[in-house]
Amino acid sequence: MDIIVSNLSKSFGVNPVLVDFNAIFPGHELTCIMGPSGCGKTTLLNILMGLIKPDSGTVSGVPRLKSAVFQEDRLCESFNAVSNVRLVCSRKVETGRIVSHLERIGLKGSLEQPVSELSGGMKRRVAIVRAILANSDIIFLDEPFKGLDVDTKKTVMQYLKDNLQGRTVIMVTHNIDEVNALGGRVIKMTGKDVKN
Amino acid sequence: MISIMKDNKQGQEKYNIPEKSRLEKIAAAAFALLVWQAGAMLLNNSMLLAAPLTVVKRLYSLCMEGDLFSVAGYSLIRIVSGFLLALAAGGILAVIAARFRLAEVMIWPFIAAIKSVPVASFIILCLIWLNSGTLSIFIAFLMVIPVVYTNMLQGIKSTDSKMLEMAEVFSVSWLKRIKYIYLPQLKPYILSACSVSIGLSWKAGTAAEVIGIPEGSIGEMLYEAKVYFSSGDLLAWTVVIIAASIAFEKLFLLLLRYSFERLERS
Repeated sequence: MDIIVSNLSKSFGVNPVLVDFNAIFPGHELTCIMGPSGCGKTTLLNILMGLIKPDSGTVSGVPRLKSAVFQEDRLCESFNAVSNVRLVCSRKVETGRIVSHLERIGLKGSLEQPVSELSGGMKRRVAIVRAILANSDIIFLDEPFKGLDVDTKKTVMQYLKDNLQGRTVIMVTHNIDEVNALGGRVIKMTGKDVKN
Repeated sequence: MISIMKDNKQGQEKYNIPEKSRLEKIAAAAFALLVWQAGAMLLNNSMLLAAPLTVVKRLYSLCMEGDLFSVAGYSLIRIVSGFLLALAAGGILAVIAARFRLAEVMIWPFIAAIKSVPVASFIILCLIWLNSGTLSIFIAFLMVIPVVYTNMLQGIKSTDSKMLEMAEVFSVSWLKRIKYIYLPQLKPYILSACSVSIGLSWKAGTAAEVIGIPEGSIGEMLYEAKVYFSSGDLLAWTVVIIAASIAFEKLFLLLLRYSFERLERS
């Protein structure tokens, strides 16, 4: 099912962030949102996730079950990586599966430590695995490769490619290479007009 | 409000008391004993101020007579009951107040009144309604509840809104939200509330016993010490109160910390 955004407007105080924004996000596909800082990408994502309400306009077709990688990792710092992923998983997801996903993304040997003791890049990867393994029909990725070094980024990209196929994904990014690597449609936001 | 400085790495809390080494603590205790001994020698009247050795001897005789444990146990059960009830009630009220603004507004005058009214006024008032045996439970409860409520409400209110948004997006159940988000956030607030209020419950509970004079309580012993001008007895029972209060505080905080650690490892 497609997600249809119609005439969406949102202001913070006197600053308009989104003005009559229209877009269609096809179901079971990856859509990348690109644009300069401050053009409203994260605001749009927050509206789609249901975290903030638009001033006007409508959003339809957003599935109920959602998962996300936020700009900040938003992990439970005193719990370990497995527990952080377990938090959002259904009971059907076995611990072994969580461990294998975390190990695949390069976190072997860091599974028992509290997340607070992990590096920024490691935390990012935990957040990515959490979004992938959560019981969801749509995944929101807000700059998912932020803070990752080149080699880790390659591993994570391959991991995402393998796990995002056939799922509805909306990703915010500044980097065209990330879009090219993962494929999918691009929506360019400039803050004034929108190009599909 | 209790000020807490959190050591983020260790997740431990420190209070505004400078860290002291073991040697410094021993030296400070020895100095205090020395001042006490000097005061007793200067007054040279055991009715006015018993010497430390006299108090130790009295404590020993109380142990031998078997009174100490039964009397301390009587007060312990009541004061600890009051504390635990206040911990539960304060926690529940804080959750309700955090959820409903109207509840917070309605609870506020009661908390403000309990904080500002002298404990003696409450004791005398409650003595009209309650028997002397249950008075210390209620007074300990009454003195602890504002501390627990205020701390826990502050803890709940300072919960990271971004983590709550995360829980909302992922449709995390309420039980998991409590375990993964609220309890780790509340941990330093609960620990500091307990640390402060255990001592408070002993002070208030004992004061209630001194006024209510329930039979076989520490309060009754303190009252008798006053009647017979026995500063030896008074100080011996004071030492018992302090020891029981510290022992319970250490044990309870140890159990709480262990429970939090188990929770984080589960």
